[in-house]
Amino acid sequence: MSETENPAPPAAAPILELNQVAVTARRDPATPVIGQIDWCVRPGEFWVIGGMHGSGKSDFMAMLAGLSRPHRGSYRLFGGEMSGTTGEELLAGRRRLGLVFDNGGRIFNHLTVAENIALPARYHQQMPPEEITARVQVLLDATELGSWAHQTPGGISRNWRQRVGLARALALQPEVLLLDNPLAGLDPRHVRWWMDFVARLAAGDALTGGRPVTLIATTDDLRPWRKAGRQFATLHDGSWHTIGPMPAVGNDTTPMLRELLVTETGE
Amino acid sequence: MPVPRSLVRFIGRKLLELIRTVQGLGAFALITLGVFFSKFNVAREVIRPMIVTQITRAGLKPLGMVLFLAAALGLVVIGQMVSLFTRLGANEYLGLVMVTTVVRELGPLLTALLVLSRVGTANVIELGTARALGEIEALEALGIDPVHYLVVPRVIGMALGIFSLTVYLILGALASGYLWAFLQDVPLRPGDYVRQLAGALHGLDFIILALKTCGFGAIIAIVTCYHGLARPLRLEEVAGATIRAVAQSVILCVFLDAFFILIYLLA
Repeated sequence: MSETENPAPPAAAPILELNQVAVTARRDPATPVIGQIDWCVRPGEFWVIGGMHGSGKSDFMAMLAGLSRPHRGSYRLFGGEMSGTTGEELLAGRRRLGLVFDNGGRIFNHLTVAENIALPARYHQQMPPEEITARVQVLLDATELGSWAHQTPGGISRNWRQRVGLARALALQPEVLLLDNPLAGLDPRHVRWWMDFVARLAAGDALTGGRPVTLIATTDDLRPWRKAGRQFATLHDGSWHTIGPMPAVGNDTTPMLRELLVTETGE
Repeated sequence: MPVPRSLVRFIGRKLLELIRTVQGLGAFALITLGVFFSKFNVAREVIRPMIVTQITRAGLKPLGMVLFLAAALGLVVIGQMVSLFTRLGANEYLGLVMVTTVVRELGPLLTALLVLSRVGTANVIELGTARALGEIEALEALGIDPVHYLVVPRVIGMALGIFSLTVYLILGALASGYLWAFLQDVPLRPGDYVRQLAGALHGLDFIILALKTCGFGAIIAIVTCYHGLARPLRLEEVAGATIRAVAQSVILCVFLDAFFILIYLLA
C-alpha cells in the first residue's frame, strides 16, 4: 500500500512552542539566565528537565506558566503568543495550565488544606458549593490528604504540603501540568507515591477528565524519573540541551548528565 | 558659602525616592480602582466573604479600644475645657467645642491612626510575608488577580471599617464629654447639651465625615498593600516595609485632613 493511500497520522499541533527564547531571572528581569531555547511539546508528552541548583529551572517554569516574559524570542502556548500577552488572555492561558511549585508547593498559609484546593474552582467556576466540596473531596482522597483537610499548612510536613500544591494545581483539570522539582526534600515513600501518581496522570486519570495530561517536570536528580516514554532535556551553564527519549539518556556522555544520574554510592 | 556636594546628593536622592514612591502609590491606587470596576462581578462568592472579614477586622474588632479612646477623649476635651469655660462664663460653647474638635478633627484622625496601628501594620506583614514566600506568584499561577483577591477587599473593608468606628468614637466621646461635665457640676442639662451639639452640626459635617473617614481607610489600605505587595520582598525586608507604610500612611492622612480643613474654611 502506498503512503498516499494510508498516510501516517499527522503529528498533533504543539501545545507549547519556544523559538529562540531567552529566560530571565524573576528577581532581576534584566539578566538572562538561560541563553536560547528551541523546543516544542505536543499533547500527551512527558518531559523531564534536569539541572543543578541555580541552573534556572524555576525561572524557566515560571516563564512557561506565564509568570514572567521571555527576555527575547517567541513563546506560544495553546497556539497563542505569550510574549506580549496581558490581561484576560494571559489569565485564560494560565487556567489551562497547572503549576506545582518547589519547596513546599507555596500553598496559602491563611487557608486550610481543603480551602487551598477549593480556591481555584471557587474563583473561576460558577459551581454550586456542594459540587466544589465533592471535587475537593475527590482530590483529597486521591492525594491522601483527607486527615489534614481542615488544618492550615503550618501544621503539616513538607511532604504533605507538596501534595497540597499538587491537588491545588489539579483543581481546574489542567491540560498541561508543570512540576517544579517536586521531589526535592521528600521522603523515599513520598517519592514513590509521586512517581506512581504522575504515571497515572500521564496515562489519563479520572481526576483530569480521563485524558492524558501533558507533563513537564524539572529535577536535580534524574534517577527517579528514568522511564520509557519520557523525553529528557537538561539546563546547564545557561544552555538548553535536548536529549530525547530514554535510550538517548543512556548514550549521552555529557558530564553534567552523568552527574544528575549518578547515585550516592556511585552506581 | 557653597552648599556641600554630599548634602545636595542626599537631598537629590531623597527627592527622587519621594517621586518614585508617589508615582508607585498613584499607579497602584489607579490599578486597584481599575480592578474594582472591571472585576466587580467576578468571583463574588469568594470576594464578598473576604470583604465581610475585612470589615469585621477593621470596623468591629477594635471597638473596645475605640470606646476606651472615646471615654478618654471626652475627658481630655471636656475635662480641660469645662474649668476654663466656667471661669469665662462660656459654658454654652461646650457643644461647639465638642463638634469642632471631636467630630471634625480628632475623631476621624484618631480612629484612622488606631486602625493603622492595629490593622494596617498587620496588612503589610501578612502581604509582605506572602510575597516573600511566593504565595502571590502562586495566586497568579492559578489565574487569580492578587489585586482583586487581596487588595480590593482590604480597601473596601478598611474604608467602611474606619467610617463606622469613627461614628462609634464620636458618639462615645460626646456621651463621655457630658458625663465629665456632669461630674464637675457644670450647670448644663442634657437637653441643652444636645441642643448645643445639634446647633453646631451642619449638613456639610456629615458629608465630610463620611468622605474623610472612607478616604483615610482607602489611603491606609492602599499604602499598606502597596508596601506588602507591589515590590519583590525578602522576609528580612518586611519590617522595613511596615515602618515605611506607617510613616507614609500618617503623612497622607494628614494631607487629606488638611484638604478637608480647607473645604471647611472655604465653605
